[in-house]
Amino acid sequence: MIPYIPHTDADRRHMLEAIGLASMDDLFSDIPQEVLYRGDLEIDPGLSEEEVLNRLRSLAAMNRIGTCFLGMGCYDRIIPSTVKSLASLPSFVTAYTPYQPEISQGLLQAIFEFQSMVCSLTGMDVANASLYDGPTAAAEAAAMMLASKRKSTTVLVSETVHPFTIQVLQTWALGTGFVIRIVPERTCVADVELIGSSLAPHVAGVVVQSPNRYGYLEDYSGLAERVHGTGSLLTISSDPLSLVLQRSQAEWGADIAIGDMQPLGLPTAFGGPSCGYMAVREPLMRKIPGRIVGQTVDIEGKRAYTLTLQAREQHIKRERATSNICSNQALAALTATIHITLVGYNGMLEAAALSRDKAAYLARLLEKHKSLSVGKAAPFWCEFPVVFRDASQMEQVLTALKSRDIHGGVRLGALTGRAEDEATLIVAVTEKRTREELDTYAHVVEEVLG
Amino acid sequence: MSEPSVFELSKPGRRGYAYPVSDVPVGQDLPAHLRRKDPPKLPELSELATVRHFSRLARMSFGVDYGLYPLGSCTMKYNPKMHNEVAALEGFARLHPLQDDDTVQGALMVMERLTASLGAITGMAGGTVQPSAGAHGEYTGLKIIRAYHLAREDHARTKMIVPVSAHGTNPASAALTGFSIVEVPTDDRGLVDTKVLETLLDETVAGIMLTNPNTLGLFERDIMKIASMVHSCGALLYYDGANMNAIMGMVRPADMGFDVVHLNLHKTFSTPHGGGGPGAGPVLVTKRLLPFLPRPGIKNIGNALCMDWEERSSIGKVSGFWGNFLVLLRAYAYVLTMGCEGLREASRHAVLNANYLRARMNGMFLRPYEGLCMHEFVVSAQRFKEQYGVGALDFSKALLDRGIHPPTMYFPLIVHEALMIEPTETESLEDLDAFVTIMAELVGLASTDPDHLLRSPLHTEVRRLDEVRAAKNPSLRHCIDGMCTT
Repeated sequence: MIPYIPHTDADRRHMLEAIGLASMDDLFSDIPQEVLYRGDLEIDPGLSEEEVLNRLRSLAAMNRIGTCFLGMGCYDRIIPSTVKSLASLPSFVTAYTPYQPEISQGLLQAIFEFQSMVCSLTGMDVANASLYDGPTAAAEAAAMMLASKRKSTTVLVSETVHPFTIQVLQTWALGTGFVIRIVPERTCVADVELIGSSLAPHVAGVVVQSPNRYGYLEDYSGLAERVHGTGSLLTISSDPLSLVLQRSQAEWGADIAIGDMQPLGLPTAFGGPSCGYMAVREPLMRKIPGRIVGQTVDIEGKRAYTLTLQAREQHIKRERATSNICSNQALAALTATIHITLVGYNGMLEAAALSRDKAAYLARLLEKHKSLSVGKAAPFWCEFPVVFRDASQMEQVLTALKSRDIHGGVRLGALTGRAEDEATLIVAVTEKRTREELDTYAHVVEEVLG
Repeated sequence: MSEPSVFELSKPGRRGYAYPVSDVPVGQDLPAHLRRKDPPKLPELSELATVRHFSRLARMSFGVDYGLYPLGSCTMKYNPKMHNEVAALEGFARLHPLQDDDTVQGALMVMERLTASLGAITGMAGGTVQPSAGAHGEYTGLKIIRAYHLAREDHARTKMIVPVSAHGTNPASAALTGFSIVEVPTDDRGLVDTKVLETLLDETVAGIMLTNPNTLGLFERDIMKIASMVHSCGALLYYDGANMNAIMGMVRPADMGFDVVHLNLHKTFSTPHGGGGPGAGPVLVTKRLLPFLPRPGIKNIGNALCMDWEERSSIGKVSGFWGNFLVLLRAYAYVLTMGCEGLREASRHAVLNANYLRARMNGMFLRPYEGLCMHEFVVSAQRFKEQYGVGALDFSKALLDRGIHPPTMYFPLIVHEALMIEPTETESLEDLDAFVTIMAELVGLASTDPDHLLRSPLHTEVRRLDEVRAAKNPSLRHCIDGMCTT
């Protein structure tokens, strides 16, 4: 049997006869002989389901799942069982983009609810149906800001933005003539004064992030006014869970709110699929990239949902589209929607507060070591930097933690390549970590540092 | 009955999930100036209410699991259930992307072996699995082409040639990458007009984007000639792999002269579309383009795999982390299951099914191009539109009442009232015959009772929508406490 192909020999004969061909090979007679591939693909013969499962289980077993203190854009948070179960319903999973609204009301309504929740969290007016992830959402925001200001060429990005987001932005700018200018930080937070004095007619806008790459919360007092004063736009990236505690993008006066929905119901999954979000103020509504669902009525006046404002999109506008995005991360967005619905505002508040308290608890335990500097530069929420005496001391601690199956944190220097980061570890603590795990972490550090 | 929104189902104080009670002291609140002032309005539902709401929404959606989905260019084949089990394995699902390489060897192996398999299928030297979707793959591949020319100090190559029949993402991706777009027309065979192409090629052209078979479901027979013309002017060939399901194991893009390929794992490699993603759009390239692939690559040192950040010519990162890993995992399971022979048979049967449908539907609709098709074909409802006012849209809406997802409508743009039909290989003879019977019924109704089609659908959750109202007076989020968008 050929997997997943239902044809019997009799079927094939019958079908070829209906077409008027003698053999399966005749189906390919339009292909010039010189391009036909006559060898066997260098791929092993197919395996049975049992064999495939066994092989993949053994590959999975080669990976080490530990107690996770890694963050920097991807967090090991509690995912309720119900979320996983509902997000795997087959009519959600096996549907295409809902181009036929009459048979896709469920998916469309779920996306509409997602957009509504993103608007609530960010305080903005209009959200789209999702983007690939947080960093690519930053690239879309940069494109939107440049398209919104005539003769602009440059986007200012605070050095405190996630290093991978900066790398994605730099790739995006490659060969386009646009410039991504990094504005140096000021003691581990965005230098709002320097950003303000760097604004100019050619600057389309500014991208900042809070919590930032260190986990610090940034203070954007006065920033939006200065940015808007020069006709530029402000993009703020935030972890969506943080938005139940910290000021929303709208409260800071941002024009574009972006971020990554992974903390809300999505597994770490080696980094993907995740789901980027984007929300904007109303004047930017028709410039936003990607799919948008709108509410309308059917011919009988019944409430209904449909993809709308499609005149922005690639299948209509082609090279003049606001973006090339087509498939986004719909199922991941749906998962986040289910998660937010199930845990509700109070659940999100609890998860955010638990993370804050547990992070503070671990930070206090680590502060006892004179050779460490723990999250001193600014207020943090659930993630903080630990600066070791030197890189070798950090490696000793990480090795000791690893021997207990603890992933102790992200080496910032490995992501930024900056010499000044080489002894900095970024430690993330979520609501999933228990006091016992935090005590063990501190105990191992104690053992190494004495 | 319509389903209330989650906001309408919400009741203040209701809870659906209990987090663990805190086992650490309560910490300090954020400093006042950083604290949120106006709390977000989010729904509050019980667990059962949440389950019912989303189960009802699922019932109001339509996937491949529920019926035929011959959506042209989208390759809506069956998504094997076994892959759900694979993607849920804790050893994959709970991996953090920034773990040390020695703790993620199994995951790196999946990525490396999948890349190698895709390389074998396309004939390419290497690739990346970082792009998250087809359009993202296009963007990545075009950045690579841009970087290649720039590395050769060839700054004049700013144009990208795109056929008029191309997917909309092609010109959009090219524009995003900084190219200006030049369109090449289709000749009366439905193929790239090589005479016109010849006049377009010069030292300002960076490359050409082609889908082969093209969006009419026809194989570009002149491909070797096109490749030679394009290469001799110093430009590169980009292969849009949207239609790869037609030719696996039969033709390799590298052998046709392509330099860069993207594949859609959510089409050809059976990963689910998820209602619009997540997909995956790996990019494969020939040897001379390897240095430009996104960072990080994967390399083998000793007997271990590791992330490779060293390549200095790389275009850089295109995604936050390493790609839609769980999608890659499903595609890898598919490749393991199918094997070399199964992949080829998948393509052969996809082409068999398309040609069978096309033959059985002979005489029903205008066929803009004659001859065999590949994995999909295009028919035109223009005759019915002119005679009875019944267009591609109306046939599609009538299919909705009959449990079938309509074909792609009004694409490619060069065919009036187009219906683009792609049955895929996983549909049985009986399912195809049932489709033919229904299409014959609809063709009959078009002349005897056109009103029936014009009024369709009649039995779906909602009837035809007021799309104009949706676009003119956009309502893009739920109204909460009288606060609405626009």
